[in-house]
Amino acid sequence: MHDLTALLIELGALLLALGILGRIANRLGFSPIPLYLLAGLAFGHGGLLPLGASEAFVATGAEIGVILLLLLLGLEYTASDLVGTLKTQYVAGIVDFVLNALPGAAVALLLGWGPVAAVALGGVTWISSSGVIAKVLGDLGRLGNRETPVILGILVLEDLAMAVYLPILTALLAGVGLAGGSLTLLISLGTVSIVLFLALRYGRVISRAVSSDNPEMLLLVVLGLTLLVAGIAQQLQVSAAVGAFLVGIALSGEVAKGARNLLSPLRDLFAAVFFVFFGLSTNPADIPPVLGIALLLALVTTATKIATGRFAAKRAGIRPAGRWRTGGTLVARGEFSIVIAGLAVGVEPRLGPLATAYVLILVILGPIAARYTEPLATRLTTYATRLRTTPTTSEVAPSTVGTSDVASSDVAAAEAANSEATT
Amino acid sequence: MEPKAHPTRTTLPGIGTRYDLVTEGGMHISIVAHIDGRRFLGFHDPDDDDNCKDSVPLDEAEAAALAHLLTPAPIQPLHELEIDLITEQLPVSARSPYSGRTLGETQARSRTGASIVAVLRRTDAVPSPTPDFRFATGDILVVVGTREGVDAVADLIAGG
Repeated sequence: MHDLTALLIELGALLLALGILGRIANRLGFSPIPLYLLAGLAFGHGGLLPLGASEAFVATGAEIGVILLLLLLGLEYTASDLVGTLKTQYVAGIVDFVLNALPGAAVALLLGWGPVAAVALGGVTWISSSGVIAKVLGDLGRLGNRETPVILGILVLEDLAMAVYLPILTALLAGVGLAGGSLTLLISLGTVSIVLFLALRYGRVISRAVSSDNPEMLLLVVLGLTLLVAGIAQQLQVSAAVGAFLVGIALSGEVAKGARNLLSPLRDLFAAVFFVFFGLSTNPADIPPVLGIALLLALVTTATKIATGRFAAKRAGIRPAGRWRTGGTLVARGEFSIVIAGLAVGVEPRLGPLATAYVLILVILGPIAARYTEPLATRLTTYATRLRTTPTTSEVAPSTVGTSDVASSDVAAAEAANSEATT
Repeated sequence: MEPKAHPTRTTLPGIGTRYDLVTEGGMHISIVAHIDGRRFLGFHDPDDDDNCKDSVPLDEAEAAALAHLLTPAPIQPLHELEIDLITEQLPVSARSPYSGRTLGETQARSRTGASIVAVLRRTDAVPSPTPDFRFATGDILVVVGTREGVDAVADLIAGG
C-alpha cells in the first residue's frame, strides 16, 4: 500500500499546483495551457521534481484527456454545421492547409528528420487552436463581428480535416508504406463520410437512444460509449481521438447540451493532465537547441496564418480592416499541435521539444496578434498611403508592403509579449 | 400597417447563432445567442461596420430581463372603471368544446353579459370578431365584462 500513498500524495500535489497555475493564468487573462506545459517540464525527467509513483496514472489520464478534448469538440458542432461550412469555405480550407502545413513539413525535411516527421510537424503548424481562439473572440467582444463566421469556418474545416489527418498520421507512425497510407486515407474518408451522413439523417434517433433525464446515467452512457468507440477505432488503426470526435458529432440537440455540461469539468481535468504529461516526457535540456528553429517557425507561420485569414476574409467580401483581424485572430496554436506532437514523439525525439517551444510561443503570441494586428496594420497602411505623393489606390499591394507589415507587426507583437512577460 | 423589422440570421459553428438588425436610424446591432445560454449584445462601429465597437455579455437571467423590458406591452390593462369592468385573456385549449366552433355558438354575450372583444392568434390578432368567427385550439380570447361575467365565460370556454 506504500505505492498508493505515494501516488495520492504526488497526484494531489500535481493537481493542486495545476489549480494554482490555472488561477494565475486566469488572473493574467491568458490560456493556462503554457503553464501546464511548463509544470510538466518542471516535474519531468531532468526537471526539478521527478514524479515516480504516479507516472503510469498520468500517462493513462493523458490518453483520456485527448479523447475528451476531441469528444467535446465534436459536441460543439452539429453535422449540418460541418457540411455547410465544407460547401462554402473549402477553398479557404485548402489555402489554409497549403500555407501553414508546408512550412512545418519543409523545416522537418531540411533538418533531415524524414517524411513521417514532416507530416507530423506540418500538422503541428497547420492547426489553429479553436479553444484559445473562441475564448479570445469572446474576450475581445468580437462575436458579433462580420469576420467571425469566417474565422470559425476555418477552425471547423481544420477540425474536420483532423478526422482524416490523424488516422493517416497514426498509420504512417505504425510504419505502413505509401500503399498502406493510401488505404488508411480511403478508410478514414469513408468512415467520416458515413458518420456525417448518419448524423445528418438519423442524428435525432441516435441522440434519443443515448438520451437520459438522469445526469448520472447520461454521464456514464456518453463516457462509456465514447471510450468504447475510441478503443475500437484504435484497434482498427484509426486513431482513438478521431473515434471520440465522431461520437461527439453524432450526438446532437439536448443530449449534446447535457453531455457538454457534464463532461466539460472532466475534460478540463484530463486535458490539464495531458499537457502536463507532454511536458513530463520532454526533457527541458532539449529545448534550448531547438529554440531558434521554433522561433523562426513561429514567425513564419504567424505570417502565413495572417495571409490565410486575409485571403478567406477577402473571399467573404470583408473590408481590409476586418481581413487583418481575421488573420491576426487565427495565429494561436495550442492543444491540437500538442496532440499531434504527442502522437509523433516516438519517430523523432527532437519533435517534442520543438513542438513544446513552438506552442509556448504561439499560445502566448496568438491572443496578442488577435488584438493588435489590425490596429497596427491599419496604421501602417494609412502611413504608407500618406507617404506616397500620388494617392492612386488606398489598397496596398499585399505582395510588397503587406509582407513587411506582417513582419513588423510580428516584431511588435513579440516585443509586446516580452514586455508583458517582464512586468 | 406598421413597419416590420427583419433581423438576419448567421450560424456560428461551435458558438451559436448571430442575429443582425439594422435600425431605421442606420444603427447596426448584433445579438449572439451562445449555445451555453449566454447572450452577447454588440453595437457596430459606424466607421467600420464589420467591427463591434462595444459588446455586452449577458447571462440568461439578464438577457431575459432585458428582453422583458424591450418587449412592447401587448395590451394595456384597462383601468378599473366605476362599473367594475375588467379584461382578461382566456386560452382556448384542445379540450374546449368550442375549439373549431363559431363565436355565435357560444352565445357568450347573452349567457354571461361579458363580451369577447378580440381573438389573439400566433400569426395575427382579430379585433371585434363577428358571430361566424371560428375558434381554433391555441386562440387567446380577450374578454371584457364584470368579474362574474368574465369568470362565467372562462367556465364556458373551458367546458365547465
